[in-house]
This record gives sequence, structure tokens and C-alpha cells, in this order.
Amino acid sequence: MKLPSVLSSVAAVLAAASAPASAQTIAVTGGTVALGDGSAPIVGGTVVIRDGRVVAAGQGVAVPAGAQVIDATGKWVTPGIVAGFSRLGLVDVDGVRAANDESSSGAFSAALDATTALNPAGAPIAVNRAEGVTRAIVAPSTGKNIFAGQGALIDTGADSEPVTRARLFQFVELGENAAEIAGGSRAAAHALLRNALREARQIAGGSGASPSTAARGSDDPSADPVVANPNESRSYDARRNNDVLLTRYDAVALVPVVQGRQLLVVHAERAADLRQVMALKRDFPRLKLVIVGADEGWTVARDLAASGIPVIASALSDLPAQFEQLAATQSNVGRMRAAGVKVAIGTINDDEQRMAFRARWYAGNLVGLSKVPGATGLSWGEALAAITSGPAEAMGLGGDVGSLRPGRRGDLVIWNGDPLDNLSAAEAVFIDGVRQPLETRQTKLRDRYRSLERGALPEAYRR
Amino acid sequence: MKQGMIAAALSALALAGCATTGDKGPATGERIRVAEDPFPSTYQRYSGAPVVITGVTVLDGEGGRIDNGQVYLADGKVQAVGQSISVPAGVQVVDGTGKYVTPGVIDVHSHLGDYPSPQVEALSDGNEATAPARPEVWAEHSVWPQDPGFSRALANGGVTALQILPGSANLFGGRSVTLKNVPARTVQGMKFPGAPYGLKMACGENPKRVYGDKGGPATRMGNIAVTRQTWLDAKKYKRKWDAYEAGEGDLPDQDLAMDTLKGVLDGKILVHNHCYRADEMAVMIDLSKEMGYKITAFHHAVESYKIADILAREGICSAMWADWYGFKMEAYDAIRENIPFVDRAGACAIMHSDDPNGIQRLNQEAAKAMAAGRRAGIPITEEHAWTWLAMNPAKALGIFDQTGSLKAGKNADVVLWNGNPFSTYTRPERVWIDGALMYDANNPKLRTVSDFELGQPGEGDVK
Repeated sequence: MKLPSVLSSVAAVLAAASAPASAQTIAVTGGTVALGDGSAPIVGGTVVIRDGRVVAAGQGVAVPAGAQVIDATGKWVTPGIVAGFSRLGLVDVDGVRAANDESSSGAFSAALDATTALNPAGAPIAVNRAEGVTRAIVAPSTGKNIFAGQGALIDTGADSEPVTRARLFQFVELGENAAEIAGGSRAAAHALLRNALREARQIAGGSGASPSTAARGSDDPSADPVVANPNESRSYDARRNNDVLLTRYDAVALVPVVQGRQLLVVHAERAADLRQVMALKRDFPRLKLVIVGADEGWTVARDLAASGIPVIASALSDLPAQFEQLAATQSNVGRMRAAGVKVAIGTINDDEQRMAFRARWYAGNLVGLSKVPGATGLSWGEALAAITSGPAEAMGLGGDVGSLRPGRRGDLVIWNGDPLDNLSAAEAVFIDGVRQPLETRQTKLRDRYRSLERGALPEAYRR
Repeated sequence: MKQGMIAAALSALALAGCATTGDKGPATGERIRVAEDPFPSTYQRYSGAPVVITGVTVLDGEGGRIDNGQVYLADGKVQAVGQSISVPAGVQVVDGTGKYVTPGVIDVHSHLGDYPSPQVEALSDGNEATAPARPEVWAEHSVWPQDPGFSRALANGGVTALQILPGSANLFGGRSVTLKNVPARTVQGMKFPGAPYGLKMACGENPKRVYGDKGGPATRMGNIAVTRQTWLDAKKYKRKWDAYEAGEGDLPDQDLAMDTLKGVLDGKILVHNHCYRADEMAVMIDLSKEMGYKITAFHHAVESYKIADILAREGICSAMWADWYGFKMEAYDAIRENIPFVDRAGACAIMHSDDPNGIQRLNQEAAKAMAAGRRAGIPITEEHAWTWLAMNPAKALGIFDQTGSLKAGKNADVVLWNGNPFSTYTRPERVWIDGALMYDANNPKLRTVSDFELGQPGEGDVK
């Protein structure tokens, strides 16, 4: 993607500003610390980060000798926000085709790897970083196939290495959108999905259900036909039937999905669609499913809870925006949570290319919802978890990111107030223990036009 | 303004009959005139019990604040507002301790009804994108009163009045309609009595994108050329009618498109101009002067901050978002301080939604803008920020004589919030429109359910 030269230079400056190595110890003291694991905030807590990882957080945590101490008295301290579902880094301007790598109508689908399109210098990355979003689950969106390709976990750091975990999941549509893509019916979408998984299973060498074929790190290629990167799979040369539908590249990319080694993130909203997603496990027992959307999830909450499938839901969706969302209510997340569903907040079909930062206000709204008679919201701690550890755990990465528990990456935000409230803002952002610049195109435009007094030279000279 | 809108004596039918005669206008006596209100409002306020809210924080919508105040509503009107007011014995008392009362939120930019939920093609009636100038279409003829979005705007957003606009595919999109947010069987039953019509105009990307390969305009200069030529036609039309009414010309043929534009030139129809970029707004201002009309408000005015001084001088309102940016090229330079900078320059600032979700949280959007302004060093009080949601939009819609503030004699369009409405944690507790209690969070019976939602999953749920 070609960037205007002014942007590139901004990015270069930002990258230089974040150059300090992470090999140092930072102690953030005196703030109201929320761990992001669902617990209530701790007044007067300390967070210690060493070598880019959280060492300790809570009350009575000692400040190690030699640590750089940051006084957060009167401030709030939380893990960085994890965008539960986004297209961050794939789009600079949605409406400008050249600046939008969200989806493809080209030859391939499941094989597409979103990380190859990521642009860490794009304006939305900086804007979200300045808002305290430090990690993002990034999914491509569908083109002419129900499979969109492989998504990743990224960070929003002002550097050239955004990828935390590439090819973390495959993304597939399985509701109204899928029906349209597949030719007009959900039945067609399900046939496409099942056929694709079977083609992948054939490549994997049989049922794909045998534990031995999924054993990682085996020396015997026949026992482990797929290497860590499915796009470099040794299965690429496997024999196939003559009537296959998928390109070889796409079919190979789905091998780790049928083997349960790569998550399958499914977008579905309608209760009946959610039941169909849960039913996939009957034919493909090794699938590791995550559901995105789930506006009608509350109506099948008990089944979802029993299935153990994590759900990344839209927090405030409350309109019958499509026929698949007739039962939408803002109480959806709270009701699913109360039923025992592992639920986090994400944004699908909700300006997720740029506006992931809204998550903290969405979470705050669910706290406020608790006061409305008949509605079900979240506690404050649950709400923060839904935008930090929740998405990370849904993706199986809760041990690495999303909370201030020991061992997690040093992603931390110091806020000037309650981070779930409208009036608060991020004052300091750390990613992997590295303090980040908070300047954006927006702050520079603000400063340029702060005064409209005619100066000695035009505005274009102000920066 | 409203007196000007009262229809002249004769109907369009009568006019058509006479138009065939080709008679000269009579030198004396009554002229045949175009009916200006052929689809009159049939709205009638619902009855409401007199009520006094006590111990409440009052934001009066025009910049005033009363702590521990009282508001008395009766007979559809605000009867009294103050620290201590006299209220007849026996009036129902609502304890507002810890709560806020404000005038109802007014959204100057909504597509509820003409782009309703569900967003299916069969109900998608917002853009008559068949030619770039279609001032003859009226949004009210597209509004579906059963759009479930109205109920969300009421219950979650405290929205009591809203302008429904045609879309922005066209340079001249057609007439808007201002509605009371009170459910009705017909759009006439929702029309705000006495509200003037608006004309939706658009500049920039949308018209040139839509018509670029349909005969044009294909460029911004093309946009302006077509716009100017259309106004020249309108001026000619107006001259004919003026001459006829002065007894000097033939009875002109009635032209629906030209009627709307003549209404603007006569000062009876208000211009609402979709325009993002500062340079384009400046061109439209000159164009309006060339053609002899006034622009009431620029909508989606993301670059108003660059020309806030000009907008203040010209007396033009800007309807803006808090944090939308980057979804298209002309939104690339959006900044968080747009509303605060416009407001500080003494220009009229309005928070608008253009969105069935955003309209549910305009109070929170105002909070974000207020907070951004404060961080930029502009002291903005809560009571002042509420003018963005009440007085200023009411003025831009020509209804400030009836609503938009809590002053004695105004319509009792009132929201009691269950806390500080600038917080994410706060929701409307009760909403009155013309003194009738239309929403009460504590009473499940006072929850509107559109026909579309009857018998559907989640019918009557909190939303």
C-alpha cells in the first residue's frame, strides 16, 4: 500500500520514539489498578513490568530496586484493550479501494493470510493505540467465498512488527451473508463449508480425527502432515479427487482447522444459525470453534454454555438490523454471561476497520445497563474483562495477553479516570513494556488548527 | 416560520384545473397558489398527568443549570423551572435526587423510517438515486412509521424530535421531514406541527461516485455546475410565480422540484447541506450567496474546525460526530475537537447521529466531545454541552419556539436521566413528549413495540 510521504515520515518518527529497549523494569504505583481478569479494581495498587512482561500487580507489591517508577496516583491502570474482533491494520480509508485490504474477490479465500496485508503505519493503528487499544484480533472479511482467510493477533505498537500471532484462526461467514455468497441459501453455505472441511480432511490423510495425525513436533512427516504454517504445508502435494471445489492452496489452508490446530471463527447471529454452528462438532469433532456476533445468543445461551464455544459478541446491538437479528438486545452479553457462556466483546460490521477503541464505552454501557429494570448487564470487572482478557481467552491466548496477571505481556494503559467512562482518556500506553507515542494525524491537525488567526505564513507551515 | 408554512387556500388539484386555462393572473383578489402543506400533520399530543420533578440537576438546554432544582410539567407544557417553584397541591412528585433532567434530545440527521431496520432492499427508501437533482422527492413519503429504530432512540437515547433526511447520493436529495418521536400509524401522525421543511443537499464524494458513470456529475466541479444550473432554473421559476402573483404573468405550470427550491429562495424551507470538507463548505457558502439562499446547517461537517471563524460569521450551524473518521476520503481529517473548536469560535455546533445506533447515545457522544475539548484546554460545562443536543438542533430545524429547552411555555419534551447523562453508566429513566409519559424504565408497559416486532423473538424485551 502506498502511503502519502508525509504519513511515512510520521511513522518513521514514531518508530524512532519507541526505540528504547524493553529490557528494563517499570513500576506503576499509586493508581487504581484493574487486572482485567474480572476482579474489581484495586485502589492504590502497583504494577511491575520487567523485560516486557508483567511481574506482579496488586496491593502491597514491592517496587524492585532500580525500577523506573511512574506515579499513577489519582489515575486508573488497566491492561491494554484487546479489540475482540476487528479489521485494524487492513484499512486506512474504507472508501478508498487502494487503501483497503479487507477482502478479496480473487482466486483464493481460506489461504489468504491477513498478516501479509497489515500496515502498522496506517492511521487507524495510531488512533486506536492513542485510545489504549494495544492488541487486536484482526480478521479479513469475505469476498466471493464464505471463507475470508486467516486472521491474526496483532499489537498496535509504533514499530514495524505488528504480528503477535499469525494465522491464529480461519474466519468464515455462516449466516445471511454466507447464504448470499454461497448462492442464495444457508443450505448452500453449509454445503460449501462441509465440503471444504472434507476436502481438507482428505488432504490431511483420512479422517483427520486420529490423535496421532495431530501430534505436534513429530519427526515423521506422515504422522504430522501439516507444519506450523499451513501455507507451507507438506500436504500441498497430497493426492486429491477429481471433483474438488477448493483450490489446492485453500484446501491445504483448512487442514489445521479440521485437525483442531487452528481456530475456526464463525460469524453467525440467528439462533438457528448458532445451533447449526454447534452441530458442526458432531461431524467435525476436532474443530475448535469461536463464534462472532451471536446477537440472538441469549436465546440459546444454555446450549452455548454447554458447548464451551467462546462467543465474541456485539455489545450494544439492539436492532433487528437484519432478519437474523430479530431478538437483538443489549442484554445479550449479560444474559449469556449469566448462563455461563464464555463471552467477550468484539465489533463485527461496526466500523471495526477503525473504531475498535469504542469497545471500552460499549463495556461501560453494559455496566450502566445493569441499572435498567429487566435488563442484564455486566459488573465493572466483568465489563473490563470482556474487552481485555475475554477476547484473549476466546482465542486461547489468555496466558499471554489481556490481563495484568504475572507472565502476561506488558501491555498497560494509564488513564486519567475510569476507563469505561466517556470522559476519560489514555495518558500513557505501554506495549510489551515499551512506552508508546500517542500522537496521531488527528492530534497534529488539532494543533495546526487550534488557532485560526492569520499568521505570518499559511497553516501548511505549522507542524 | 410556522405561519409561513400554512397552506394557501387552494389545493394542488384546483391549481391543476386552473392551470389549463392559461388565464392571466387576476389583477386583484386572491391568486391561485401552490399548496405548501398537502400532507399536514395529524399529530395530537397524548394526555399526561401533571408532574413535578424535585431535587434534580436541571440542564435547561440553552446553557443554564440549576442544581437541586424543580421542573413542573402540565398540560403538555413546561410550566415552571427553578430552584423552588410553586406547584398546585396534589401534583405527582418525582424525586430526582441524584438524577438529571434535560430537554429531550433532538437529532437533526436521521434516516429512521427511510433506511429502517431491517435493512432490506424492500424497505430501503432513502436515496432517489435516479438523477443528481431530485428536489421533488419528500422524505416523508419514504418514512415507514414501523421502523423499530424509533423505539430505541426513545428508550435509550431520550430522543423526542428528529429530522428524517433523504440520503446523500443526490446533489439535491429532496425534502426532509421533522418528526415527533411518538409512534403513529401514519407518518402524518408523527409530523412535528409547524416545523418547516428542510432541503437535503450534498456535496463531495457521494454524488460524483453515484453519477460518475451514469451521465455525471463525475467530479466536484461537475457537482457545483449541476447545482448552480439547478438553482438558476429555480430562480427562473420563482420569477414566473412572483410575476403571476403580482398580476403580471400567466399562471405558471407547477413543478414539484422547483416548488421545493422556490420554497428555499422564499426563505420557507431550510437548507441542510451534507458537506465534509472545509474547502467545499466555503464554495457552497459562496454559491448560496450567488443564488440568494441561506444554508442553515452543514451536516457531517468533519472539517468545520478549519473554518470555524467563517461559519460563525455566516451564522451557519455544523452538525458533527464526536469521533467518526476515516471511513471515506472526505472524512480523513476528522478530529475529536471539532465540536469544541466550532463552539469556541462562536459558531452553532450540533451533535448528530446519521445512525440508528448512534442516535441511542447522542448524550454520550456529546460527553466525548466535551471531554476532548476540555483536554484541549477549552472549558466546556455540561449545561453548555447540552445546547449541542437541544437548543442548537432545535434552531436548525426551526422549532426552537416550541421545543429544545426547559423554559416555561415550551413543549414538555423532557428526559429524566437516572444519573449524569454524560456518563456511560446513565440511561433515560422517563421520557415525556408534550407532557405525555412515553417511556418509563420502571414500567414494562411503557415500552413501544412496533408492528414489525410483534410476534417476533424478543417482543417487548428491554432493548
